[in-house]
Amino acid sequence: METFEEFVKRILIILFWFILISPLIIFPILFLVVGFLGIDVTIVNEILTATIDPIKAYKLAERYGLGFNSTFFKIAAFPGFTFAALVATLTILYERKLMAKAQLRVGPLYAGRFEGILQPIADLFKLLGKELVVPEKADKMFFWAAPILSIGLAASLLAVIPLSPTIYIARSEFSLLIPFAIIGFSPLVVLIAAWASSNKFAFIGGLRALHQLAAYEIPMLLSILGIVILTGSFDLMKIVEAQKDMWFIFPQFLAAIIFYITILSELERIPFDLPEAETEIVSGWLTEYTGMHFGLLQLGVYMKFYALALLFTLLFLGGWNGPAFLPPIVWLLGKLFFVITIIIFPRAVLPRLRMDQLIRIGWAWLIALSFINLFIAVIESSLGVI
Amino acid sequence: MKNAGMNIEDKGGDQLVLHVGPQHPGSGHFRIIVTVDGDYIVGAKPDPGYVHRGAEKMAEYRDYIQNIPHLERPVIIDATGVTLPYVLTAEKIIDVEAPERAQYIRMIMAELNRIISHLYWLGIYGIFLGHSTMFMWPMGDRELFIDLAESIGGTRVTFSYVVPGGVRNDMPTNFKERALKTFDYFERRIEEYKKIFFNNPIMTARTESVGILSPADAIKLGITGSNLRAVGIDSDTRKDEPYCLYDRVDFEIPTRKEGDSYARCIVRLEELQQSMNIMKQVLDLIEPGPIKQVIGGVMRGEPGEAFVRTEAARGTMFYHIVSDGEKNPYRVKISVPSFRNLIGMTHLLVGSKLADMPAIYWSLDYWPVEADR
Repeated sequence: METFEEFVKRILIILFWFILISPLIIFPILFLVVGFLGIDVTIVNEILTATIDPIKAYKLAERYGLGFNSTFFKIAAFPGFTFAALVATLTILYERKLMAKAQLRVGPLYAGRFEGILQPIADLFKLLGKELVVPEKADKMFFWAAPILSIGLAASLLAVIPLSPTIYIARSEFSLLIPFAIIGFSPLVVLIAAWASSNKFAFIGGLRALHQLAAYEIPMLLSILGIVILTGSFDLMKIVEAQKDMWFIFPQFLAAIIFYITILSELERIPFDLPEAETEIVSGWLTEYTGMHFGLLQLGVYMKFYALALLFTLLFLGGWNGPAFLPPIVWLLGKLFFVITIIIFPRAVLPRLRMDQLIRIGWAWLIALSFINLFIAVIESSLGVI
Repeated sequence: MKNAGMNIEDKGGDQLVLHVGPQHPGSGHFRIIVTVDGDYIVGAKPDPGYVHRGAEKMAEYRDYIQNIPHLERPVIIDATGVTLPYVLTAEKIIDVEAPERAQYIRMIMAELNRIISHLYWLGIYGIFLGHSTMFMWPMGDRELFIDLAESIGGTRVTFSYVVPGGVRNDMPTNFKERALKTFDYFERRIEEYKKIFFNNPIMTARTESVGILSPADAIKLGITGSNLRAVGIDSDTRKDEPYCLYDRVDFEIPTRKEGDSYARCIVRLEELQQSMNIMKQVLDLIEPGPIKQVIGGVMRGEPGEAFVRTEAARGTMFYHIVSDGEKNPYRVKISVPSFRNLIGMTHLLVGSKLADMPAIYWSLDYWPVEADR
């Protein structure tokens, strides 16, 4: 019985020998074939040598507009999709470890030498190995579309959120509004997944997600309006610059609390996980999804988690502002880690609410409080607090 | 879009028929067919029998001692609670009586099993309300009581420990110290349970005035055990018709007046404390002596019948045995508390919200295997 660590090691050894042997045997044969056929060798030569020489590979990529400063790299790798997916998978691992500590367990332990650090990779292999079951009576096209839409939606959230004054994908005058416009689509994805599954429990879950949207969407938007009043801008860059002296969590404490509660609701986390309430409606809208379908949906949810935690950091905790001895990105990631922790924590201590209670909280409390917060913002703005 | 898989039965209006169980994370080994109108349950039709194995009929083909292991199968988490009334009934038929020390050890095992069963219930109730920490904590603490019971009974769950004439073997000499240490720890844990779960505002919001059972309905439906005590009736077979030596110990019957899910939870939580109090007193009272009255040869009952009622973890457990003088009983009838809880559950579910179904279902501590026998 080999452990997961040995399994990874075995794959790495195979890759190592492949990389070592290929320039010695496979490439000479390829060159011979290319020469024999009389094709122009220079481009082939470049591509083949690039496969074994990273510096040449990078130069080749740069020539075709794929370098570190290119838009493609920003979207695909850093600070775009790959980085977000990495943070999302690490969040899953961190959540499992944190929950385990709260519940007097050990959590993932055996994959990897330190505290189950390789568990996300093990989970990925497990999900890849599972059969993709599509129910016979499901609407196939929409059933397949939902996971892709989910992850696409989560990734597009990141397009205009900056990580530091220099690290961002795109700048916009309205970079605060765009993420909230995109978030509004997420219950639609849930409803597509639920309806296409053709399952009663999934259907109830999808309807619950729509009800939940009605409860939290308005307070979420109202809570950030206070900041817009204080700064007079929809640009996240300017909002973060305005927090050089004081973080907005102090003048806008009420807004921070409302925004935090609505984040929990948007992410369908306990106590607001009604659309996937396990003991009531199996897994809600996720019921029929298996294997990598499920993996993509989960990854989408956790990438949204990352984006919303990032927004909280930028809006209320001063973003990348901090003493100069550390680079701005480190300050940002440190604050992000703290925000992720407080978003995870309610799951360890709270049970689940009921739909009518959730709507009452949303409409009777959060909307009223966010209007009060607006008045506070107007008063602060006229007094010149910021 | 097609709705072929939805199978919306035409009930008139917007009613939807849901089959909850037997393969559902929020049902036990049984199915309940609920009709929902919007978020409200308008009809609940239980469909028990998924795990029926004919324990009563099986008992007619085995002799009195062979019956013990398979009669505890229906409620393995409360193994002593379900075998003790059988053994007491069989003792009446065979006409033997257990020595005093054996009676005390039986009480200890019964109370340990009550705690094990209640902690299992509490863990599941936590996860039914979405509180995963409340699932892990009681399941972890339950292991301590399982260890205690294992040191007496020899196995973790299915002890088959109580036999006609006494108990199988004596308890270890250091049991008292171990038990008191565990009780001391667990009394502190109960306070932590209250902090994280029972006094949690969301938990009270989910369970208070949910599934209210009136005292008149409770008596009419034949509800027993903690569910009856939660409507304000202090009925407990251990006090009303003392068996073993329960008349020598002093304990309270926790009751609540509200009759809602929260009352049923808090009654069970207080019963944990009372069980520990009983065991502490028994550990002081117990004296060395024989643990078994040895019966030579095959046990044969006198022709006749006998019945015994005891208080198991879920309520009143009733055994009725008819003997025709052979080595096997002629007829064994078990009346279990869970079956009556099932009737009560149907009564409570209609008119409540779908989201309240787990909160009501498991607050009754309905154990499908026990009901199906």
